[in-house]
Amino acid sequence: MFSIVERRRWFFLLSGMVILIGIVAMGYSVVTLDTHTPFPLGVDFQSGTRFVLWFQEPISEGAIRDVFARFDVTNPSVSRLGEEEDNTWQIRSEFMSAEDSQAVKAALASEAPIDDSKSEVDSVSPTVGAEVTRAAALAVFVAAVAILLFVVIAFRQVPNAFRYGACAIVAMMHDILVTMGFMAIAGLVMGWEADALFLTAMLTVIGFSVQDTIVVFDRIRENIPKRKNEAYETIVNRSILETLHRSLATQLNAVFVMIALLLFGGASIQQFIAVLLVGMVSGTYSSIFNAVPLLVAWEKGELPLLG
Amino acid sequence: MQRSYHTGRWLLFILSVVAVSVWVNLPGTTNVLGRDVGLRQGLDLQGGVQVLLEADLPPGQEVDSQDMRVARNIIENRVNGLGVTEPVVQLQGDRRIIVELPGIQDPDEAVNTIQATALLEFIAGHSNLQAGDVVYTTHQAGSMAFDVVDPALTSVQFETVMTGEALRDAGVDRDQMGQFAVAFRLKPEWAGFFEEYTGAHKGEFLTIVLDKQVISNAVIRDAIGEAGIISGGEGGFEYEDAQRLATQLRYGSLPIPLRVEGNTSIGPTLGQESVEASVRAGTIGVAIVLAFMVIYYRGPGVLAALALVIYALINLALYKFVPVTLTMPAITGFLLSTGMAVDANILVFERMKEELRDGRSLRSAIENAFGRAWTSIRDSNLSTLITCAILFYFGSNFGANMVKGFALTLALGVMINMFTAIMVTRTFMRLAVGWLGDWLKTHQWSLGI
Repeated sequence: MFSIVERRRWFFLLSGMVILIGIVAMGYSVVTLDTHTPFPLGVDFQSGTRFVLWFQEPISEGAIRDVFARFDVTNPSVSRLGEEEDNTWQIRSEFMSAEDSQAVKAALASEAPIDDSKSEVDSVSPTVGAEVTRAAALAVFVAAVAILLFVVIAFRQVPNAFRYGACAIVAMMHDILVTMGFMAIAGLVMGWEADALFLTAMLTVIGFSVQDTIVVFDRIRENIPKRKNEAYETIVNRSILETLHRSLATQLNAVFVMIALLLFGGASIQQFIAVLLVGMVSGTYSSIFNAVPLLVAWEKGELPLLG
Repeated sequence: MQRSYHTGRWLLFILSVVAVSVWVNLPGTTNVLGRDVGLRQGLDLQGGVQVLLEADLPPGQEVDSQDMRVARNIIENRVNGLGVTEPVVQLQGDRRIIVELPGIQDPDEAVNTIQATALLEFIAGHSNLQAGDVVYTTHQAGSMAFDVVDPALTSVQFETVMTGEALRDAGVDRDQMGQFAVAFRLKPEWAGFFEEYTGAHKGEFLTIVLDKQVISNAVIRDAIGEAGIISGGEGGFEYEDAQRLATQLRYGSLPIPLRVEGNTSIGPTLGQESVEASVRAGTIGVAIVLAFMVIYYRGPGVLAALALVIYALINLALYKFVPVTLTMPAITGFLLSTGMAVDANILVFERMKEELRDGRSLRSAIENAFGRAWTSIRDSNLSTLITCAILFYFGSNFGANMVKGFALTLALGVMINMFTAIMVTRTFMRLAVGWLGDWLKTHQWSLGI
């Protein structure tokens, strides 16, 4: 029988390296970004006003900046969206009232006509942005605790039920870190910003991560009373292999769907899907190669500070 | 024989659920059990303006929840005056109100409408007027931020007798019959004028209008001086109605100052493009999943694909009935739950193959597979439901509406999945084995082995 559990150190090492790269990227962003966050934040999480304007005639970046300067808005970030012939621009500035943002838009429209039906203006005040971020972080934390309790209760007839809950949470943290690391790298390299969809992607990744882990744990729970003569390590490894077909089939299915979405889903959701894809691959990996081998490491007393 | 009896009953049940779902989903069906069942699209999909308001009080000061509810109701009235279809005015947490106006383009106009001071008028009414009617009156003060009344539409111009300025106080009381009524008092400088007017117009109608919208219509029974009473006609008011009317009289304007904390305007085409992209993406995604199931699991895969179609039908019907407002995150929640629905089928089929390889008969392999896979499906789905509950709670209490939509569709999907992936697929499998049992034994490729 091929032993995944025996090679656990290599798998832990791989995870550690991937996470380390992500943490370096996040640390670099915290130091270099104005917002001091692990990745650039979109307007959903950060105060400010964002214009996405679809001009019907070409307009230069300088002309846009001039208009903002007339309203005493210094140094807005101006970037082009899509192809040059789309004439679509995104402008970020500090928080503006609805009245001011409409005035700015009207002034811009006198430079080059704007198609209102394809444009978007978004203002979030500082308190709201900070609150959403805090609420999201708190929600993830509370969810982690609740899942830990649930797993402990669901596996109460298995010896050391607490370990199963803890390992499920470790796998979940692994996936959160990998996904955030990916976002940090994408932010540095391609200028991606974390927005509401990024938060949704994170929540999805967490959901799948726990699902994957519980499926393997469930098989261990079933195998322990059936195979009293086998060592714990063997039972755990057997459980991984027995559920491998399912894990691969589910994962393959999801990957097919995501690739299709990446290719045909439209530009607005491509970043979202890419984040999701990374997170889900990480989710399957962490269930099979981290959460479950971790149980064995714990059993054998290899974990520092834990018996 | 017991089993086939159950299978028959389940089949009947499944078919009726499918029939109801299909009926709800038909474009011609607009009303189910008194509910409007149009599909609701969120602002990010159909375009419009969203305004987030917060009580403009010092951070430490507690906000009276009653006042917030009154403010919400008043804003809702004003927003209804804009003629927007399906506006949303919601309390969020204890000091915020979120207003969503689909189809509106100008956030400035929306903000002005919301923050305007409401205008309360007493007009010389007519017996035909009913609560909710919009009227055209002689009072055309410039304080109105918007004019909801198109003079061309209303042939009658009603005379404004008095505005809310004259009112000193209002509250719930009981009339002579012992029924709930609204008692009000006027400022002394208006009492004489009102007494004279009501004395001269006994038996005529006096109508109370808020922002040109009728809120109450009553007959003048007697001359009214400083203090008067509005009773609710023969049946009297319900307590809540009297309370609401009194509050509307008292606070023609908002009881709490509100400050704009954020606003978003999304062009309709932009939203439309998102809808098209997500529908296209969803269709492709589901098609791939179905193809995968059929190719990889053959016969059982076909049945699972059928169960998935039923799953999607029930979901859509529930979105229309509950109703669930569809936003991008909500659609994502649905796609994720679809993934979990497929996973449940995969768990069962992989288990079935294992049981067959161990030499079990087809019938017992199927029963064992469902029985054994159930614990992992149950536990993983329960953990997802717990997460959903937490996300939903956070989403409704903090400024994270998108999280709420995601949690709602995901939770609905997971619950429906427990029904379709287990009961529907199992019933189909039992029926298939009953009809094709012998053939399946000699054609094992059809089971994906």
